[in-house]
Amino acid sequence: MGRSLKKGPYAEPKLLQKIDDMNARNEKRIIKTWSRRSTIFPQMIGHTLAVHDGRKHIPVFVTENMVGHKLGEFALTRTFKGHAGSKDTRSRVR
Amino acid sequence: MARIAGIDLPRDKRIEYALLAIFGIGLTSSRQILEKAGVNPDTRTNDLTESETGRLRDIIEREYRVEGDLRRQTQMSVRRLQEIRCYRGIRHSRHLPVRGQKTKSNARTLRGKRRPIAGKKKTGKK
Repeated sequence: MGRSLKKGPYAEPKLLQKIDDMNARNEKRIIKTWSRRSTIFPQMIGHTLAVHDGRKHIPVFVTENMVGHKLGEFALTRTFKGHAGSKDTRSRVR
Repeated sequence: MARIAGIDLPRDKRIEYALLAIFGIGLTSSRQILEKAGVNPDTRTNDLTESETGRLRDIIEREYRVEGDLRRQTQMSVRRLQEIRCYRGIRHSRHLPVRGQKTKSNARTLRGKRRPIAGKKKTGKK
């Protein structure tokens, strides 16, 4: 179920604060964040956020298209390299 | 001969169901269209008058996104997901279910036909 429209989109207040500070001072720095649940706001466009995947931080460069998605969608949490001995790793014709 | 949105409608079906031959029109929108055009849903496609066909064509062209346009729209939104490298996009490009379904079994629609796994012994049945 989606989030109630009344409340509006959610993003970690601390993270938003940091972004706004950076925008005010016109600087670009990679911010580490564990907040995968935060929605990507328009202010974040052009910044690089290091999103935690449970083990390490994955750098995510935010573009315009990504607005409205959650940060976690861009830092995958699973590493599956295929089963032992299976030749075709995801290249089926279709 | 009724031709709407580049598709020949099946000749002797009731128009209510004949419209479903158009990609992007289901039973609900079909009924809405007929009501808006004031066409009796029971008439067969063959028995439609020229002006009735015209009205249907008009409504579908103006208010509905069908066939090629609709397919293009779907394609574009999938491509957007793939380009931003988000989870859903990656699932699309790997031909796996996008909305969190299980893949341990089933998910055949997306994964295609079963392929045997190398080195697996056949058991009793199958």
